[in-house]
Amino acid sequence: MGAILEARNITKDFPGVRALDGVSFCLEENQIHALCGENGAGKSTFINVLSGYFPSWSYTGEILVAGRQKSFSAITEAEAAGIAVIHQELNLFPELSTAENIFMGHEIARGGILDWNEMYSQTGDWIRRLKLDSVEPTTKVKNLGIGKQQLIEIARVLRLPHMKILILDEPTASLTESETELLLDILRQLKRDGIACIYISHKIEEVMTIADRVTVLRDGKTAGGGSIRELSKKDIVRLMVGRELTDYYPKDPHADRQECVLEVKDFSVTDHSTGKPIVKGAGFRLYRGEILGLFGLVGAGRTELASSLFGSPPGRTGGEIRIKGQKIRFDSPRAALRQGLAYVTEDRKGQGIIPTMNVRENASIAFLDRFKTFLGIDQNREVVEVQSSVRSFQIKTPSLNTRIINLSGGNQQKVLLARNLLKDIDILILDEPTRGIDVGAKQEIYAIMNSLVAKGVSIIMVSSELPEVLGMCDRILVMCRGEITGEFDNSAKDVTQERIMICATGTGSED
Amino acid sequence: MSNEKKSLSFDLRKYMMVIAIVGIWVIFGAVSGGTYLLPRNLSNLFRQSVFTAILAIGMLNVIVLGQIDLSVGSMAGLCGGILAIANVWNGASPVLSIIIVLVAGLLLGAWNGWWIAYRNVPSFIVTMAGLLVFRGILVGITDGITIGPVSPFFGLIGKDFLPALVGIILGAIVLVGVLAAQYAGRAGKTGHGLRVTSVRNEILKSAFFILLVAAFVLTMNAYRGVPNPVVIVLVLFIIFNYLTNKTVFGRRIYAIGGNKMASRLAGINIKRVTLVVFAINGVMAAIAGIFLTSRLDAAAVNAATSAELDGIAACVIGGTSLMGGVGTVFGAIVGAVVMASLDNGMSLLNAPSFYQTIVKGLVLLLAVWFDMSRNKGERF
Repeated sequence: MGAILEARNITKDFPGVRALDGVSFCLEENQIHALCGENGAGKSTFINVLSGYFPSWSYTGEILVAGRQKSFSAITEAEAAGIAVIHQELNLFPELSTAENIFMGHEIARGGILDWNEMYSQTGDWIRRLKLDSVEPTTKVKNLGIGKQQLIEIARVLRLPHMKILILDEPTASLTESETELLLDILRQLKRDGIACIYISHKIEEVMTIADRVTVLRDGKTAGGGSIRELSKKDIVRLMVGRELTDYYPKDPHADRQECVLEVKDFSVTDHSTGKPIVKGAGFRLYRGEILGLFGLVGAGRTELASSLFGSPPGRTGGEIRIKGQKIRFDSPRAALRQGLAYVTEDRKGQGIIPTMNVRENASIAFLDRFKTFLGIDQNREVVEVQSSVRSFQIKTPSLNTRIINLSGGNQQKVLLARNLLKDIDILILDEPTRGIDVGAKQEIYAIMNSLVAKGVSIIMVSSELPEVLGMCDRILVMCRGEITGEFDNSAKDVTQERIMICATGTGSED
Repeated sequence: MSNEKKSLSFDLRKYMMVIAIVGIWVIFGAVSGGTYLLPRNLSNLFRQSVFTAILAIGMLNVIVLGQIDLSVGSMAGLCGGILAIANVWNGASPVLSIIIVLVAGLLLGAWNGWWIAYRNVPSFIVTMAGLLVFRGILVGITDGITIGPVSPFFGLIGKDFLPALVGIILGAIVLVGVLAAQYAGRAGKTGHGLRVTSVRNEILKSAFFILLVAAFVLTMNAYRGVPNPVVIVLVLFIIFNYLTNKTVFGRRIYAIGGNKMASRLAGINIKRVTLVVFAINGVMAAIAGIFLTSRLDAAAVNAATSAELDGIAACVIGGTSLMGGVGTVFGAIVGAVVMASLDNGMSLLNAPSFYQTIVKGLVLLLAVWFDMSRNKGERF
């Protein structure tokens, strides 16, 4: 068996960050090779390199397909060489039929006239091969479940000529168990037909059943790997996290856990249109003056849980929320803000900053009522108060009238914090507060969090950075597939990354 | 990218619109051998811009919110018709007629706003439906005939001029008001320990303003005085400039237009703001309708047809972004004056009317292109 795809010493830089640092990887014929790693370990960047999304001049290193060196400058070139990616978000046309989707961009035509008979007949072959029972070539894709849609996407790329290598990015993230079974079966069958596969997943159970080999990435480097027979689940988890905790988180345990400010019981969120559960039976308590971490891998339902608490759920909610003992149901973020809750979004650009406005207007928009006079806004008082929070949060801006998009990500984040803290609040929900910002700004945000907690504010911190969660939080909740799968008391700072990762990957018992 | 440059180019944009007007005036003044710049013509020009300016002020809020209102032409026509029906057919007093029409405008605008805010129908569709429905109602209730003449009182709104002395007094009041506001603003800032601009700058600003107001009043007095409709626009400008710049409500309009999701998370009631903005726009359409019927002495079924497009064009020429979140009342009014200046100038030169629509269309295109090319790299 020879190497069908080999990557040698791939290094890829983004401004200020080295996303991949000398990664080497080898996929052999008839092999399913799993790629594992934490969020931000470099998996996505790596498949974007392999699939030609990043043109060859934008990184260093070599890619060899079947022993021959290749340099892709576009996705189509990688596809011509036999490499295709199935992304987590599917690229299908929901209003078009199965056949139209499979042949999109590569229609069979004679003299410009579409040959539907040929396309329908070939679609029929694919339907049988991928066990898509009850699907007709004319069925609209939007009427199919996610699992079947994914198989259609697979058919779409496999029917391209010379297709040899399939890269699947978190293919089972939104599949049910039976859909997952089916997909894994198909992948085994494809392997027998000579299609090699790179399989990216957080779910280590799955990796253990499907993969022949595993490679683990960590912080943009190859952390290790090997044949699946020689590795245990624990080995893989250890390779994924194996990072030293530094002394970077200045925090003493302070919560005495006397006063419960927020209690969530059997809380669930269900998707409006599909009826699929996003959060299932979540229950926890939040005490005055503590930082509660909410950890989970992508798709675990953390953001959905957090935004639902703030009255902005992505679907239907069920269950009970009590604030200081009182049962409460928020119908909007406005109602939540009035009750002393605040929420800083993970989607800074899309849902956080108002790009057309300046720093002052961005900072004051949530609690403008505070500056209301008989007819208007007391702009002098507004300036004075925003100025003082700019100073105390050390926001680096030329002036209050600078447009917020001209600030760095970290300073934008601090403006959003200032926006939510312009009034005294009881509960602060921070969703990925340090995503995409530099180390200095991170530490300043940690310092702000600590000073808030010292004043009696309770913080829920959603994060996918384990060291941050372990360094900052008094207690840690771990989510996996919409459920809370673990709760840890971290007041002694003795919880290990392995224990959390085992819960987050749904690996079950801790043995 | 230094921020000084940014603020400079931002000022330039304000200047650009005024420079454009001056440029248009100079060109037409030269081509017409000076007739264009005579007090009589300038007075006409300002009166011609009033109707579009009123619609543009209301439209500005809608566009800044990130929406559009295509129904204001029909709304203004319908409101003008209701005015004539109340006043001419039913003998209602002018004041009662005006109140009826303002309430009608409020309800029509709220109708639009309700469908958009609470039934989630896109504003383009809701107001396009309004465009058809309101015009249809107008034809139905007027039996398709022109109704007039309205009470002589309405001449006061649509046609008359302030006596020279009243014009001067009004000018003085405006000046005193502006200078007092300037001084109070400065005192407020220093009272809070905030930085203020240098005294020299303030004095220059005041001097420029005094000159501008004096020139305007004297020029208008050289013909027949300051036109009453222009005073109406001035009052509306003061009200809406305050609303958009100094009130919580105004700030929320800009926030929603800038980022709807972020505004929701910041606790803004988007539905209510949307409803109110459209209701206000209905009132503005009603005011425009009252003005139009007053000026023409009668209400016709085709009055104000496609006036919504003029209103939108005025906003856009004045620097309002159709993506929402950006725009000023001042700019919208300047945009209306630019369009009136083009119309007026070409009429004066006896250019066929088809040229006027061609030129207006091209100016709209160039104004937006200019704006887009200047804002390269920061698209919203």
